[in-house]
Amino acid sequence: MQQAIALPASRSGRRNSRLGDPIFAGLARGSGILVLLLLGSLILSLFIGGLPAFRRFGFNFLFSTEWDPVHQVFGAAVSVYGTLITSVLALVFAVPLAFGIAFYLTELAPSWLRRPVGTAIELLAAIPSIIYGMWGFFVIVPIMSQYIEPTLINLFDGIPVLQDLFAGPPFGTGIFTAAMILAVMVLPFIAATMRDVFNTVPPVFKESAYGVGCTTWEVMRSIVLPYTRVSVVGGIMLGLGRALGETMAVTFVIGNADRISPNLFSSSNTIASIVALEFPESPTGSLKLASLLALGFILFVISFIVLAISRMLLRPKLKA
Amino acid sequence: MRPAITAAAIGLAAGLVAAQQAQADIQITGAGSTFAAPIYAKWGDASSSTTGIKLNYQAIGSGAGINQINNRTVDFGASDMPVAADQLTAHKLMQFPTVIGGVDIIVNIPGVKPNQLKLTGPVLADIYLGTITKWNDKQIVALNPGLKLPSLAIAPVHRADGSGTTFVFTDYLGMQSPEWKTKVGSSTSVAWPVGAGAKGSDGVAGTVHQIKGGIGYDESAYAEQNHLTTALLKNKAGKFVAPTMAAFEASAGNADWSKVQNFAIDLNNEPGATSWPIESATFVLLPIDPKDANQSAAVKKFFDWGFTHGSAIAKRLLYIPLPASVHNAIRAAWKKDVPGTM
Amino acid sequence: MSASTTAAGAHPGPARDQGVARALGRRRLRSNRIIEALCIVATVLGLLLLASILVTLIWRGAAGLSLTVFTNNTKPPGSHGGLLNAIVGTLIQTGIGTLIGTPIGLMVGTYLAEYGHRSWLADTVRFVSDVLLSAPSILIGLFVYELVVDPFGGFSGIAGSLALAVLVIPIVVRTTEDMLQLIPSELREAAVALGAPKWTVIVRICYRAAKDGILTGILLAVARIAGETAPLLFTSLGNLNWSISLSQPMASLPVTIYQYAGSAFNDWVQLAWVGALLITVGVLALNIAARLVLRARS
Repeated sequence: MQQAIALPASRSGRRNSRLGDPIFAGLARGSGILVLLLLGSLILSLFIGGLPAFRRFGFNFLFSTEWDPVHQVFGAAVSVYGTLITSVLALVFAVPLAFGIAFYLTELAPSWLRRPVGTAIELLAAIPSIIYGMWGFFVIVPIMSQYIEPTLINLFDGIPVLQDLFAGPPFGTGIFTAAMILAVMVLPFIAATMRDVFNTVPPVFKESAYGVGCTTWEVMRSIVLPYTRVSVVGGIMLGLGRALGETMAVTFVIGNADRISPNLFSSSNTIASIVALEFPESPTGSLKLASLLALGFILFVISFIVLAISRMLLRPKLKA
Repeated sequence: MRPAITAAAIGLAAGLVAAQQAQADIQITGAGSTFAAPIYAKWGDASSSTTGIKLNYQAIGSGAGINQINNRTVDFGASDMPVAADQLTAHKLMQFPTVIGGVDIIVNIPGVKPNQLKLTGPVLADIYLGTITKWNDKQIVALNPGLKLPSLAIAPVHRADGSGTTFVFTDYLGMQSPEWKTKVGSSTSVAWPVGAGAKGSDGVAGTVHQIKGGIGYDESAYAEQNHLTTALLKNKAGKFVAPTMAAFEASAGNADWSKVQNFAIDLNNEPGATSWPIESATFVLLPIDPKDANQSAAVKKFFDWGFTHGSAIAKRLLYIPLPASVHNAIRAAWKKDVPGTM
Repeated sequence: MSASTTAAGAHPGPARDQGVARALGRRRLRSNRIIEALCIVATVLGLLLLASILVTLIWRGAAGLSLTVFTNNTKPPGSHGGLLNAIVGTLIQTGIGTLIGTPIGLMVGTYLAEYGHRSWLADTVRFVSDVLLSAPSILIGLFVYELVVDPFGGFSGIAGSLALAVLVIPIVVRTTEDMLQLIPSELREAAVALGAPKWTVIVRICYRAAKDGILTGILLAVARIAGETAPLLFTSLGNLNWSISLSQPMASLPVTIYQYAGSAFNDWVQLAWVGALLITVGVLALNIAARLVLRARS
């Protein structure tokens, strides 16, 4: 473990050391403060930019579902709803898969397979998000529109709640597809975090469980998961944080529509996608620009909270 | 040693000459309408050797183009939506049209061939308002007596990104349906009551192509190039016309340029038996107080080339060139309003 | 592996009843096998997704690969354009972003590992760095737009580079701090014992010892920013022509792909795929290189 270095008494005559240390220390400390200032000014610029919208619409801005550029009425509800539902749905898809992959990598895979498969999953994390957007739009959307969505629509037709969740027309784009693409994007992060966290379990715990005759699944369920529960949740929250802010993967496939509808196949907006699509054409100083910046501020607050929680849960377990 | 020095000297000289040559080219930047992007890009490519002007045009959408020129981050802005007179004065801009283009209606209905389906403006508005939801609705069947229309849900598709094409289309819908005009209005980006958005003209065409029962709107050049299934529309004279070059030209020919200010003509719903009802001129916005008079002069020179030599190129891309009288009126307006000799 | 069946006391149940014990054992084995099968399915699914993405990229992108992609600038549709200015623009902006962000990140990481340790300031800086690491990159683009583009009246390559630099900083901070903390304190103590001032200890001993890890961090940061689109949308905008001027809008590969992919022209969509293939190959190569560097040192 690291300790503070006790400096020797200054070497007389060596001007270097007398100047070098304070300068270097000042540089180091200064850069730390620079990073703080960076975040501070980020938050401030978003808040100040969004102030006209907050002032005009008040607290109602958060709950209004109108987004009407023609009549100059803006509200955050649709974008916030879209952001939250695509991210949560993405987690619903991704977490079981990630768990399966992490379980496989830590317990089931033969040791010669662990490194390549693990690397392959991590490479999935390295792929830029615009590639996911293109792949999603050109590959997944046609499959959804021609096979999966019509099947699900017909399957649930007539069943009271489900038919509202899965209604036509099968555009192929929309919340469901966006959530699927997001799931593929956050899958590697959650899987890698889970794998790292599973590996921190002291082998003696697992061995003692095997020793009394537990199956692999029972070891995972009764020993590993309870031990790592907090960090697993932290990893999931990290994935959530990523999904909330994702722009490129979602913009291609969300279908820009300003409505809240229970239909999972309907188009919607996320905060990131509406900013990407409508920022370029918002006149400077206009209410629309202020509304977009206000949305950015809201997104930042949401991500900040999620990331803070995730960090709180993860840090103790993964590193000192 | 000597060969190396000679080689270096020649290289340096060549570099300087190249730099000089590069300096002789002026670069002008423009941003805005995706509708007009192909024609400006083609003009830029064809004219640069004779005019020495290099065009950098970013097709970021009409609204964005207006924004950019208001902030003077580009030399000219391009918009399919004419800017209101008070906005022009406030931002010290002058506006002129460059070419005219049509907007097609594309559909995907099993069994319906290109230019077979007949629609009217009010029916189109009702579809996009969500009041007409199936293809075998009474009103559509009444317009298409000989056509077998399935009991299929209509899937309206619109542009997800802000677009001048959206403005032209919603402006037309506003003319045809009072409910549309009050409830939704027209702009580059509106609050669509129903339907899904797709990014870019490619997105709209792709989505319509994929989903049975889909309907969308797209620039005519694109619809033509990709052989999309277009629909017939009833024009002001009561006739159903197909979106052909002849129909666009008829509509443009009926335009009365004398009555408008700032060339802000609305070409939707023009009279004439063979006119296509959804059409628009695309406009360029130029500062009347440019910070660099040379840049301003270069922009005018570029578009002047387009007016004099670019008509054949425009027609090939299915744009209609402006009449010569309008070209001259534009040149007169340049001389009057914008400093910087051509 | 079935449960032990030693009948110890008078209690009913598996311990007493051999039949129940065996049935219970079978049920446990069966559920274990089902779960294991599901996990294998999950892993195969994950690998299939990766394969699908790579195959799509190669299949669609390789079709458009030709020399003109690398020799021609972006041109209007139908004019045999390429991606030269976009590639060069990405290289320039990534390079400058890394050049600006790395020293700052290095210094902050050094501060956290060598000076701050667990003081409240250091903890706050660490927290802020982690937030910046996962913050939505589009918000960073908005921030740089408000700070640089709007006041100075123009999109520029330098604004794009600054946005990328902000993304580089937290990555380099993380890896630098981790790597510096791994260095055994004996190394530092030895240097101090010889009379070296603290900054010499850090620069000449610690950095040198950690240089592989720091290099890995830089490579990963470059790989991350090379593929970023959202921060560049509002800062460097894009440029159809050849331009290496930092004060003018600059083309970049991700933004060009974004514009081309949604466009109406087949040759542009094809170029978008080629660009996507190029970026992915570059990013994956950087990631693999980073891994190799890390493996070589250990």
